[in-house]
Amino acid sequence: MSVAAAFFYLFSAIMIASAFMVIAARNPVHSVLFLILAFVNASGLFLLLGAEFVAMILVVVYVGAVAVLFLFVVMMLDVDFAELRQGFLQYLPLGSMIGIVVAIELVLVMVGWTQADAAIAPAGATVQAGVTNTEALGLVLYTKYVYLFQASGLVLLTAMIGAIVLTLRHKPDVKRQVIADQNARTRAGAIELKKAPSRAGV
Amino acid sequence: MTSLSLALAHSLPEVTLALGALSLLMLGVFFAKDGRDWIISELAIVVLGLAFLQLFLGIGPKVVVWDGAFVDDTYGRFMKGLALIGSLVTLILSMDYMRREKIDQFEFPVLVLLATLGMLMLISAQNLMALYLGLELMSLALYVIAAFHRDNVRASEAGLKYFALGALSSGMMLYGASLLYGFAGTVSFEGLAAAIKGHATVGVVFGLVFVLAGLAFKMSVVPFHMWTPDVYEGAPTPVTAFFASAAKMAAVAITVRIIMTAFPGVTAQWQQIIIFIAILSMALGSFAAIGQTNIKRLMAYSSIGHMGFALVGLAAGTQQGVQGVLVYMAIYLVMTLGTFAGILSMRVGDTYVEKISDLSGLARTNGPMAFFLAAMMLSLAGIPPLAGFFAKWYVFNAAIQANLYPLAVIGVLSSVVACFYYLRIVKVMYFDEAAAKFARPSMAVSAVLMFASLLIVFFAFWPAPLDAAAAAAAKSLF
Repeated sequence: MSVAAAFFYLFSAIMIASAFMVIAARNPVHSVLFLILAFVNASGLFLLLGAEFVAMILVVVYVGAVAVLFLFVVMMLDVDFAELRQGFLQYLPLGSMIGIVVAIELVLVMVGWTQADAAIAPAGATVQAGVTNTEALGLVLYTKYVYLFQASGLVLLTAMIGAIVLTLRHKPDVKRQVIADQNARTRAGAIELKKAPSRAGV
Repeated sequence: MTSLSLALAHSLPEVTLALGALSLLMLGVFFAKDGRDWIISELAIVVLGLAFLQLFLGIGPKVVVWDGAFVDDTYGRFMKGLALIGSLVTLILSMDYMRREKIDQFEFPVLVLLATLGMLMLISAQNLMALYLGLELMSLALYVIAAFHRDNVRASEAGLKYFALGALSSGMMLYGASLLYGFAGTVSFEGLAAAIKGHATVGVVFGLVFVLAGLAFKMSVVPFHMWTPDVYEGAPTPVTAFFASAAKMAAVAITVRIIMTAFPGVTAQWQQIIIFIAILSMALGSFAAIGQTNIKRLMAYSSIGHMGFALVGLAAGTQQGVQGVLVYMAIYLVMTLGTFAGILSMRVGDTYVEKISDLSGLARTNGPMAFFLAAMMLSLAGIPPLAGFFAKWYVFNAAIQANLYPLAVIGVLSSVVACFYYLRIVKVMYFDEAAAKFARPSMAVSAVLMFASLLIVFFAFWPAPLDAAAAAAAKSLF
């Protein structure tokens, strides 16, 4: 068994086990940590395939941003997960039945799978020597796929506008620091002189 | 011309909308006081009008640009015109409503522009990636404007429900797209058609089913309709009008396009799906609306039924059938916008009312409005000589030409059932005891209602322009 094959089985075994633990772990924080482990192993599998860009993006985006955000959400929200699980047994028969049906369908797809002749050629295409994944992506991203790239940008902009519209509340009473106002203060507006007579109290 | 300027020229309406949305966003952020609408709605209407006019600059039956992602053809221009009219009228209808409900933020017209841009990109999509991005751009903006009245519990619920179910349907569609890609090794519609070559293998059928399920959700046809009544009822009324008009145009347009360009070889496979959902939608749209008391909910079921009727034309799978779908969608657009203009005129004092019983005796309190609304209802029911009758006539005729007799018979029967609830509204308006008098609607809303009614009533005298445009559009798809 080559080293690559050994690593493949190592990564896939850990990934499947941790994916199972994501749904099996009692503590939701542990679930998220197992999810991160699954992501890291998936990126290891991508590395074995020679897709180093996707591997790094998976770690940077999913582990670095998404999973950490999940962790924040899980820790911040006061969700009673024990209560959420209460219906688990009740829905188990129906849920597992749907699961079995889907599994049978997937097996059907796999068994009956054929590919069009046209699909074989691109699957075997290899990257030219001397061009890394990142370069290869850069060569097409802003040229061939510029339309899709711009469209994705607009989708993200829409998501941002939506998040702000639905959550931002302008509170007029909140005191904010305005440097210009601070600098524009003069002695006349800031200091009031009072004459306090001696022995008269205030 | 270089390929970039050629591509930009062919997607001029999209470029206009994108630049317009970005500039209006900046204008709103920097100049709108307290985030209020200011003149952003008016400017957005100008941008939409500009994009609409640019459609007439389009030449040639079919040009594919942006490296096979985008197609500029007569069919696309026809459907884009409908979608743009829907958005434009939605904005006209919304201004007064948003101001009265105190949700007139400048983001609303910007989001409508972005949603419209998504619709246009969706209509012109020529591969699965462009389809998905257009669909997401449209849907994301729609989720937000469904919940735009964020202090209203029902609007927030509508937005959340639409978002959760919409995300699920997107997931199903992506799964189908991945199966199709795995089979054909290409995402372009024409490449798919070439790879399928009439052999319906398991992968193709699964992919087809999942993609159609995702699109059926956006069209809100049975069995993917569950969100429709709740979202239509909860969302602000102009937003509901937008969902029922422009969004449907885009969803139907891309469904017809993907079936006709990517799956012409597997007619038997997609035809049974379309027939199935058409029959179910027509039946549910007719029966479930009978017990409704809220007019927005009633319109939701009505729109489900109408989508079923439109799909009858698609089920025929012929050029005549597609022409029928296009005519149907155009007439449905006018009827829907007119009806929602009527619903937006239902205001007692400062509150908008939505119960059918609020329309009681409208003929005595506001004769013209009752007449226009009655025209809308009779046309939605499909009673000659109003436009709605001709719409149904086109699609049923196409179905009969394609030997789909049972489908046409079921369609006619369910449209007879549907007559009941449309006629009930007419009866409530003309024969019931008068309820509280409605306040005077804004000029724009009355104008839309009146103009739509006139179009519906007088369509029978001059159907040639729409007929010719739809015929040319359908021809470019084959």
